[in-house]
Amino acid sequence: MEPLDRYRPIIDDFEAFTDACERPLPSAVRVNSIKATVERVRTALTEADIAYDPVDWHDGLFVLPEDSPGANWPYFHGWIHGQEEVSVIPATVLDPQPGERVWDACAAPGSKTTQLAALMDDTGEVVATDNNLGRISALRTNTERLGATTVAVTHEDGRNHSLKPFGGEGYDRALVDVPCSCEGTIRKNPDTLEDWTLSHVEGISGVQKGILKRAVEVTEPGGTVVYSTCTFAPEENEAVLDYVLGEVDCEIVEYDLPLDHAPGITEWQDETYDPSVTNAKRIYPHHNDTGGFFCAKLEVPAE
Amino acid sequence: MSDQSTVFTRLPETDDEREDPERATREEVLDFWTERFGVPPETFDGYTFWERGAGKLWLYQGSPPSPVDIEGLGMTVLRTRQEHWKPTLEAVQRFGEHASKNVIHLDEDAARAFVAGEDQELDWDGDWGYLVVTHDLAGEAEPVGVGLYVYGELRSQVPKGRRREV
Repeated sequence: MEPLDRYRPIIDDFEAFTDACERPLPSAVRVNSIKATVERVRTALTEADIAYDPVDWHDGLFVLPEDSPGANWPYFHGWIHGQEEVSVIPATVLDPQPGERVWDACAAPGSKTTQLAALMDDTGEVVATDNNLGRISALRTNTERLGATTVAVTHEDGRNHSLKPFGGEGYDRALVDVPCSCEGTIRKNPDTLEDWTLSHVEGISGVQKGILKRAVEVTEPGGTVVYSTCTFAPEENEAVLDYVLGEVDCEIVEYDLPLDHAPGITEWQDETYDPSVTNAKRIYPHHNDTGGFFCAKLEVPAE
Repeated sequence: MSDQSTVFTRLPETDDEREDPERATREEVLDFWTERFGVPPETFDGYTFWERGAGKLWLYQGSPPSPVDIEGLGMTVLRTRQEHWKPTLEAVQRFGEHASKNVIHLDEDAARAFVAGEDQELDWDGDWGYLVVTHDLAGEAEPVGVGLYVYGELRSQVPKGRRREV
């Protein structure tokens, strides 16, 4: 927990925060609307004798207090997918529409990719990029099991994403859920902070900046980009947004989120950030009894 | 030079447009689903078909320029370039609800054995060969995978990595 002490100045009720970080997080599943309805998933879970609790802000999510998703009928049929509550946020904020073209910049293992496809009624096109072939294999397995027919997978560094395979066309929207120091996943992976170093945080921040910048570049005027991490480090959150505001034409906009959260911060240690980063949202584990998360919505100005 | 195994080539519409004599055409793919399983051809309206490597067909919604060298394009749908074309489990789960023949319905115990990868002796009056396998889930018959029926036996074709003890 020690690395988290650095956040004492920015987190209200720090004791509640650290207490929440020490509590394990139950499994959650997302209904895959490409293959099933919420109602049929309820029936199938009941038939399989699996206890499930609803999630008040999202009717396609269930918490499984006693089970992990995996060896049951609705899972085998691709009706459900194991996905943590906060991990469902960025695709809902991006709000892709049927028939659109969307880029998922850091896609593996594909939870959010397949959620994007489902939100688009599996129409249009989701280009899913990852730089790791092993993780791409997991992404492929998930898109197959969930029955998504609109996902194209590319193996490349998101910072250098090429539009060539698709004839040079840009995107209506982009999801930038970057690799990060994962501090917010501590309730699922208690050893996640064991290898924490400031130099890793600072190093990965450079990668995040490059990927977000590329996403803004390949999004058409009037389009939307969502940036998210599962970490608390301002170096990987507000600092990345602040950098991209200075590099490419975009703005950070307000959005609604039916979960308790804190605004993005404009000061961290010796740094100050653009005031619009307060439109981003910080979700702490003690807010909603979830994992930790950060999510910002950006718009590319219309021409 | 790119690795041919990662290149997707769009299927020609019909025989007239075919350059590689071994490559399936879209027409043949639709005929296969209709003749073998009674799946109406319009089920695949709006989808494009692609071949990657030798014989493995994929189905996708977009139409990027062909050939395209990427890691995945929609979902795998059918294995061709062999005597008996073989549908994938994923295609059957997604489109098998439209099948009206060569569909075998299993009871709960047999369905569990099937997804665990077990072969089982079963009565079946229809054709030998690849069948759509269904079972009851949430009040309806749901396609769950592909079985190969030969010699009085339904052989589970569930890929090793997909087998589960449900």
